[in-house]
Amino acid sequence: MNAPASPPSPYSSATHNAKIESHTLSVLVDNEPGVLARVVGLFSGRGYNIESLTVAEVAHAEHLSRITIVTSGAPETIDQIHHQLERLVPVRQVTDLSVSKRSLERELAMIKVRGRGENRSDALQVAEAFRARVVDATTESFIFELTGKPSKIDEFVDLMRPIGLVEVSRTGVAAISRGPEPI
Amino acid sequence: MSKEMTGAEMVVQALVDQGVEILFGYPGGAVLPIYDVLFHQEKVHHILVRHEQGAAHAAEGYARASGKPGVLLVTSGPGATNTVTGLTDALMDSIPLVCITGQVPTHLIGSDAFQECDTVGITRHCTKHNYLVKNVADLPRILHEAFYVATSGRPGPVVIDIPKDVQFARGVYAPPAGAGHKTYHPKLDADMDAIRTAVRMMASAKRPIFYTGGGVINSGPAASSLLRELVSLTGFPITSTLMGLGAYPGSGENWLGMLGMHGTFEANNAMHDCDLMIAVGARFDDRITGRLDAFSPGSKKIHIDIDRSSINKNVKVDLPIVGDCGHVLEALVRVWRAEAMHAEKQPLDHWWAQIEEWRARKSLAYRPSDKSIKPQYAVQRLYALTRNHDVYITTEVGQHQMWAAQHFHFDEPNRWMTSGGLGTMGYGLPAAIGTQLAHPNAMVIDIAGEASILMNIQEMSTAIQYRLPVKVFILNNEYMGMVRQWQELLHGGRYSHSYSEALPDFVKLAEAFGAKGIRCANPAALDAAIQDMLDYDGPVIFDCVVDKVENCFPMIPSGKAHNDMLLADLSDDAGLEIGSIIDEKGKMLV
Repeated sequence: MNAPASPPSPYSSATHNAKIESHTLSVLVDNEPGVLARVVGLFSGRGYNIESLTVAEVAHAEHLSRITIVTSGAPETIDQIHHQLERLVPVRQVTDLSVSKRSLERELAMIKVRGRGENRSDALQVAEAFRARVVDATTESFIFELTGKPSKIDEFVDLMRPIGLVEVSRTGVAAISRGPEPI
Repeated sequence: MSKEMTGAEMVVQALVDQGVEILFGYPGGAVLPIYDVLFHQEKVHHILVRHEQGAAHAAEGYARASGKPGVLLVTSGPGATNTVTGLTDALMDSIPLVCITGQVPTHLIGSDAFQECDTVGITRHCTKHNYLVKNVADLPRILHEAFYVATSGRPGPVVIDIPKDVQFARGVYAPPAGAGHKTYHPKLDADMDAIRTAVRMMASAKRPIFYTGGGVINSGPAASSLLRELVSLTGFPITSTLMGLGAYPGSGENWLGMLGMHGTFEANNAMHDCDLMIAVGARFDDRITGRLDAFSPGSKKIHIDIDRSSINKNVKVDLPIVGDCGHVLEALVRVWRAEAMHAEKQPLDHWWAQIEEWRARKSLAYRPSDKSIKPQYAVQRLYALTRNHDVYITTEVGQHQMWAAQHFHFDEPNRWMTSGGLGTMGYGLPAAIGTQLAHPNAMVIDIAGEASILMNIQEMSTAIQYRLPVKVFILNNEYMGMVRQWQELLHGGRYSHSYSEALPDFVKLAEAFGAKGIRCANPAALDAAIQDMLDYDGPVIFDCVVDKVENCFPMIPSGKAHNDMLLADLSDDAGLEIGSIIDEKGKMLV
């Protein structure tokens, strides 16, 4: 989290001691050239944080893409981000999935671990406990595939570190609201 | 109506179908096919500027003065990058522009070709929206969509980047049709519950104030007349931002003058002490609010804005109303009348009495002189002597801009063209050219400073070429006056590089361009010299030699609140050290 270090300006309403919250925004956009650059540029240009970002086309016929952004900031900053995103011409809809708490968040990670002897069995034991799948194996390494909440992946990675963590590739968060209704 | 033609022909046909009469531009390799089409037609009148920044500001001036979108055509690479300042200016001030840029042929894009730049990448942050057209089949839709996006909702600049091969390619043209855009449809009408709540809040207010901005002007003349009606129905005082001047008449009964950093004492104190603030099409910019944690601490705030993201951005408000100013004002007037509302008479009388006390401080007063021309006096005389003219004012940026805002009064909207949000020196002359083209018979005057005017002085050639009788009225104090004023306030009077060294002789400069040059340094001769300028049928550069050290007051120093203003008479006190007024924290600010 990149909390601003500079003192608050009298021209800024950014509340200095405000509680920093993490929110997941689902952004439906027209899948046209440059749309991702617009969204990312908005965040960098206005000094907002991006903790995770995923994007893919979700309805080809309608040229509809879904961007899921995990961002952090004071509640009024989150509100600003929401409305700044809505201003972009190709943005159709912005939903803050963290408001209702009724949403699912998942991330996929592939984790490469190196080791021999005892470390190998330790790694497999941890993987089993986390329901991670082995998707590649050599005599001295494994690649695990793991799906879950970001915090679960964090824990898994932390446990693998002393065993012989080599590298991690994560997709970023995909999120969807619970129940029968669309967002 | 659909017809096969080239991409270049589509561009010009779309301009005709969109009602474009004036096109500002500068040719170059990547737009030659479009220029060739322009050669064969007479419907779109092309104005050749002398620099692409001039094209953008001229288009802005045209848009503000006419209420129609401003359109410009420039080539790839430097042609496109030179428009960036003007596009940013238009974005900040919500001015509808359509900027067509040429691009290298599609197969060369990304190869660092001659005069190639990533135009859509560069302009993504300074436009409301932009397009790179890779297929001629998309071109008609994009051209029409650009006009829709530029002019609907909160207006802004739109760039269409067209590679040269797309200009040559043939396709089927279709005239504008349908909804403008498949998904972008800004909401114009506000929630009626919010309107009724606002009316109730207004009827029970004891110390109300209208704080209005450029949004009222952008909404169109109807919004300005509805605003006048609502002010007269309620009897509330009204102030406005720099961008909103003219929406309510400067000679109107309830007018407090402009607010903000160089606003009047009565406007700023009324903002600070009010119990109800009704913000209409204004965005609580830092030049307006001053110190935020001391901004109008005791008031309820209603904020009317078409842009949802303007609400609660800088100042938390109690009642947001998202909609077009004209639509919302119409609803407010209708509900106020229908429910036979009336303002609280007695508290309102007290409030006005308090305002009159503030007004009695005469915060715009200055020390007159019969030896040198005071810049405020020059603007006052210019105002007085143009009362029988159909007058439009543009400005550059700096002290002269603030003096123009303070001492030139506007009774109608769209009469005042100035760079508010971005503060672009060099805006005024090209904007005056655009304004003159929108109103060929009007008296268009660029109130300028000697430093700003040199930033786009080349546009004098444009004025000469098209016989545009714009008047450039330079308040020449041989300083970048606002920079000097801040150096006096913040940096111990060390005037680092703010002296206008090696100035040209503006009279000879005017003559070199083929315009008339006038110089005046004597207050007694000023009226006759101004009259000389107004009587001349052609462009004039007027070098008004003014007091070199006059500062612009009143002023809310950086980091101070509305009720902590610096007044002119105060700064003349012998005992007060002007450099000590702003504290260390304030010095950090701009």
